[in-house]
Amino acid sequence: MISTLRAAVVSIAVFTLTLGLAYPLLSTVAAGVIAPNGSKGSLIERDGEAVGSRLIGQSFAGHPEYFQSRPSQSGYSADATFFSNAGPNGRDTFKAIDANAKRYLKREGPFTPGLTRADIPPSAVMTSASGVDPEISPEDARIQAHRVAAERKAPLQDVLALVDRHTSGRALGILGDPAVNVLELNLDLDQEYPR
Amino acid sequence: MDWPGIGQLALLVGLLTALTPLLGGYMARVFSGERVWLTPLLAPVERGALRLFGAEAERDQNWKRYGLSLLAFSAASWVVLYLILATQSIHPWNPQGLGAMPWDVNFNTTTSFVTNTNWQFYAGETTLSNFSQMAGLAVQNFVSAAVGIAVAIALIRGIVSRSGDSLGNFWRDLTRAILYILLPLSILATIFFISQGVIQNLSDYVRLTTLTGHEQVLGMGPNASQEAIKLIGTNGGGFFNVNSAMPFSNPSGLTNFVQVFLILLIPTALTATFGRMVGSRRQGWAIFAAMMALFLVAVVVVHLAESNGSPAQHLAGIAGGNMEGKETRFGISGSSLFAAVTTVASCGAVNAAMESLTGLGGAVPMANMMTGEVIFGGVGAGLYGMLMMVLLAVFLAGLMVGRTPEYLGKRIGAREVKLVAIAALATPLTMLAGSGLAMATKWGDPSIYNGGPQGFSETLYAYVSQAANNGSAFAGYTGFLQPNGDNVGAFGITFADLMGSAALFAGRFIPIIAILAVAGALAGKRVAPEGAGTFRTDNPTFVVLLIGVVLLVALLTFVPALLLGPIVQSLSEGLFA
Repeated sequence: MISTLRAAVVSIAVFTLTLGLAYPLLSTVAAGVIAPNGSKGSLIERDGEAVGSRLIGQSFAGHPEYFQSRPSQSGYSADATFFSNAGPNGRDTFKAIDANAKRYLKREGPFTPGLTRADIPPSAVMTSASGVDPEISPEDARIQAHRVAAERKAPLQDVLALVDRHTSGRALGILGDPAVNVLELNLDLDQEYPR
Repeated sequence: MDWPGIGQLALLVGLLTALTPLLGGYMARVFSGERVWLTPLLAPVERGALRLFGAEAERDQNWKRYGLSLLAFSAASWVVLYLILATQSIHPWNPQGLGAMPWDVNFNTTTSFVTNTNWQFYAGETTLSNFSQMAGLAVQNFVSAAVGIAVAIALIRGIVSRSGDSLGNFWRDLTRAILYILLPLSILATIFFISQGVIQNLSDYVRLTTLTGHEQVLGMGPNASQEAIKLIGTNGGGFFNVNSAMPFSNPSGLTNFVQVFLILLIPTALTATFGRMVGSRRQGWAIFAAMMALFLVAVVVVHLAESNGSPAQHLAGIAGGNMEGKETRFGISGSSLFAAVTTVASCGAVNAAMESLTGLGGAVPMANMMTGEVIFGGVGAGLYGMLMMVLLAVFLAGLMVGRTPEYLGKRIGAREVKLVAIAALATPLTMLAGSGLAMATKWGDPSIYNGGPQGFSETLYAYVSQAANNGSAFAGYTGFLQPNGDNVGAFGITFADLMGSAALFAGRFIPIIAILAVAGALAGKRVAPEGAGTFRTDNPTFVVLLIGVVLLVALLTFVPALLLGPIVQSLSEGLFA
């Protein structure tokens, strides 16, 4: 019995030191060599200032000259993340999607005549899982391109081409869905068509 | 299903099938004490560790000593983890200056990680210091997984043993599982994740001003090293609250695929370890086939259900799939696959909001867990759970044809069947008793977030997940209210925390003790020679029988409960409260 207890206490102490300290700390040192930027959050700088992370979405609400991110339950919080937990048959879920669809049509309708609810990509009116989804679907981006082109007085074809350039494909042709990184796209927009 | 979805599934199944004999054979050699390519490097480390652990680590153990060692180790783990969490305010590597969680949330969290469940009432980045995550939680991610593997190996030894009552040595099996299997795989996965943009640092949270002039704070921490073992050990506890949905944890479609692959890697390979150690690889493949068939059904159903969209979305006039609580880069395919994988294996990591799945899409994860996590299941736990189902199937077949049931030459007597019944019934009983008590009393009310059948589904999911040691959640269900970021004034919902802990303990240790007792009972038995009348357990007929037993034992028990929650939701195109 005593020998069993001794083994239990010693083993958890040994495992805590090796697996709980040595392994993560050595991994952190290695991370600084393997991916100095990626391991610290893939920050993007403009004029020497960090303006965001490539991997973390941000809100562009109220700025029609930018491509807009997806709805977020957490208001694009990246230090207190949560999702909506909205149920598939929830009345509140319906109200939220309905309100988002109204807002989407109001925002994009004037620039894309004939746009109806059936044309809206589902990801554009439903909240993401992370609350900080950095991407929108290519269909969403192509609709938004009309508004952005008009706001920036840029040729639509050029803005669409920019969207294409920022559309990531599927890895190996099958893994993941095609998506457009909103922050990177907007930064390029500012560069090429400043207002 | 669309073509990328099918291609992704085919690639996953192909890779796992190809690696099963390789990794499975490697693990069989490790636990049989044969030489593997890592032996020259690791044998001295193993010897040193066992010498430190003392005399108990050097002897052969019967099932009682093996079980006692396991319980002592789990108890010591529990105390150490609880103390770490309770003293969080004085830790190093606490950039946010976070205080400790309330005692009841600590109790639930500790139990959850010691039982390889990783049910999370807390939210990592606003609640736990880096020290708690590394030295507390991640350590349990390794060792609780190793305990599961050890039990599976001990059961196999009991089945093959021809004389004596030794099941091996718990401390040696524990150490080997970590040194030869979990740690090397974790190091490889950590390096891969870091190269793909998963964060790994001890920095302060990053403050920045966004393009439109808002302040944004980015949570930081040693994430990649924890992410790796979270998946490989089928633990599932996310560094961040949104788990594998967080781009800092799972940045792309490629990493998402690697994550589901890592979750299933060891559970699939252990079927081959079994086949090798019992001396008939076909026996291992038969179990693999039964598991794979059930898994494929789960993936396809979730995918189709999510592609159809939700009632709320249809009423709002939105076509296409249900993207509520899903990430753009994963889409319907990557999210559905993950939801099925994480619940057939008792992992519990999520890359989408489980509660926002459609009625049918949410019923599948529940059904997966209700099988007792035997469809690949947790590392080790899935195999020993499925072997209980195998013994049950053999017993039922014996009843049907009126012969004494045998498995691999060992007669299955009354004692073994009783123990198997205990192992097979403990988990469903805990699931139903826990949800029943929470629904029937007012104690369960404060935890419920959504109304109507959704509220019932939340509650059912909570106790099913904890008793199955899965850890995924319909996350509206809460046991921890945290009005302030640094845990000041936070309080737990004591009933949910303690009822959950009871489910966690019962779902983990009752089956483990019963299974070690079965192993002990089988170890002493002589092996009867195979004859013309021997019931085959390695052919398609048996695979079908085994699937039937899993469905009968698991799903029939739960049909009434499923009807009240997810089935009502999936049959209705209307809205509830």
